Amino acid sequence: MFHLNDMLFTITADQGGWELFKNSLLPMITGGIKYTIPLTLISFAAGLILALITAIMRLSKSAIVRTPAVVYVSAIRGTPLLVQLFIVFYGLPSMNITIDPFPSAIIAFSLNVGAYASEIIRASILSISKGQWEAAYTIGMTQNTALKRIILPQATRVSIPPLSNTFISLVKDTSLASLILVTELFRRAQEIAAVTYDFMLIYIEAAILYWIICFLLSIVQQAIEKRLERYTAT
Amino acid sequence: MFLTINGLAKAFGDLEVLKDIDLEIEKGKVLSIMGPSGSGKTTLLRCLNALELPDNGVFSFEDGLTLNFDKKISKQDALRLRRKSGMVFQSYNLFPHKTALENVTEGPIIVQKRNKTEVRELAESLLEKVGLKDKINLYPHQLSGGQQQRVGIARALAIEPELMLFDEPTSALDPELIGEVLTVIKDLARENWTMVIVTHEVQFAEQVSDKVLFMDNGYIVEQGPPEEVLKDPKEKRTQQFLQRILNPS
Ligand SMILES: Nc1ncnc2c1ncn2[C@@H]1O[C@H](COP(=O)(O)OP(=O)(O)OP(=O)(O)O)[C@@H](O)[C@H]1O
Ligand SMILES: [Mg+2]
Repeated sequence: MFHLNDMLFTITADQGGWELFKNSLLPMITGGIKYTIPLTLISFAAGLILALITAIMRLSKSAIVRTPAVVYVSAIRGTPLLVQLFIVFYGLPSMNITIDPFPSAIIAFSLNVGAYASEIIRASILSISKGQWEAAYTIGMTQNTALKRIILPQATRVSIPPLSNTFISLVKDTSLASLILVTELFRRAQEIAAVTYDFMLIYIEAAILYWIICFLLSIVQQAIEKRLERYTAT
Repeated sequence: MFLTINGLAKAFGDLEVLKDIDLEIEKGKVLSIMGPSGSGKTTLLRCLNALELPDNGVFSFEDGLTLNFDKKISKQDALRLRRKSGMVFQSYNLFPHKTALENVTEGPIIVQKRNKTEVRELAESLLEKVGLKDKINLYPHQLSGGQQQRVGIARALAIEPELMLFDEPTSALDPELIGEVLTVIKDLARENWTMVIVTHEVQFAEQVSDKVLFMDNGYIVEQGPPEEVLKDPKEKRTQQFLQRILNPS
């Protein structure tokens, strides 16, 4: 018997082959459902909000508004995600701020997505022609209304494909959270492999599960892109 | 006089694009602006609705609104100026994510907060007026250039502006589509809309205008009734320009 967190799974060192594969499925999928997927969804949603704010700050005419956004994006893009994760989880406690593994991962991944996605959103906003802003102004809109009603809806369409890629990357990146003890999908795989020593089988199994998740997501991505195509010539 | 402009000047960096322009726009009348490329026609039009802010000059409206650009004007004043006019662009600039009808209703509903049902009826009647009754639910990319430009005109009319501005409304169109747009503008002239039209269509300008203004190099070279400026221009530069566009070699 092998004790995993709060759950009991019947995995022992003498198991192998198909039996091990089958018995490992449940703990890994449970890790995926309890941690990998929530971590991805929450970090992506929070990251997008952060990204939108950052992108709009970067488009501001005022340097005081722009600079913090520029520094944030540069710092996140210039440092490894793993290092960011370690700073939040292992670094902050030395300043007497201790955060549990899961929320630590949420914070690090949200900040990371926020920076990368803000670049995508900013580029999408800039890709909308100046004529669209002007047309909005000439029907009496203020800059904020023009942004909200005319520019962002078009920029969203432009940003969906690159943002979907960010999302799919994030699913895979969450495996790094295993290194700060979040018992997500890959951490479960490591724990099982540590007992059975069947690294090839277990890690291939983990890879297949990630692949399935990303494959399903890419189908959703295509469906969304198709829906958004309705007002553009193909 | 709907609007009197005195001493309007505008430069982009070192390039003086408009130099000491005095201009009167009469209520219910059509003013056409002609002139060679780069003479400042578009810039003048854009100053009229604050897409560009003049460096100098005074705008005095009939209703008492006076804007003095010698000092920086407030955002509110710029918005007040802008909301007096509707603009029709050379490249249409329709909102591609909205149907023809939504393009037209956007201003009245979102900006002017008017009643949705009434605005919808207004938009339908405007689209009917420009000959697009059966196209109201199509997106811009499903329309021809001429149809898009007519939606553009309906969109500008929908905010019920006091002044309509047109910047070469037909110059992006295939020749066979120009007529349908000019017909719509002529109808508006007949309804006594106050309009300023930048155009290279001499014959159209002659038919539609009460006054024609010829610009060159940032100055107003000549202005007057179309039969004078277009048929019997006094200034050499106007004569040369008309020669060139009437007999392209
Ligand atoms: N935003 C800008 N920044 C710098 N220069 C500008 C800008 N807008 C216009 N100009 C310059 O100002 C001059 C006048 O331009 P404008 O567009 O008003 O001319 P136009 O008479 O409308 O010409 P066309 O018939 O080609 O449309 C041109 O030399 C142009 O390059
Ligand atoms: Mg022009």
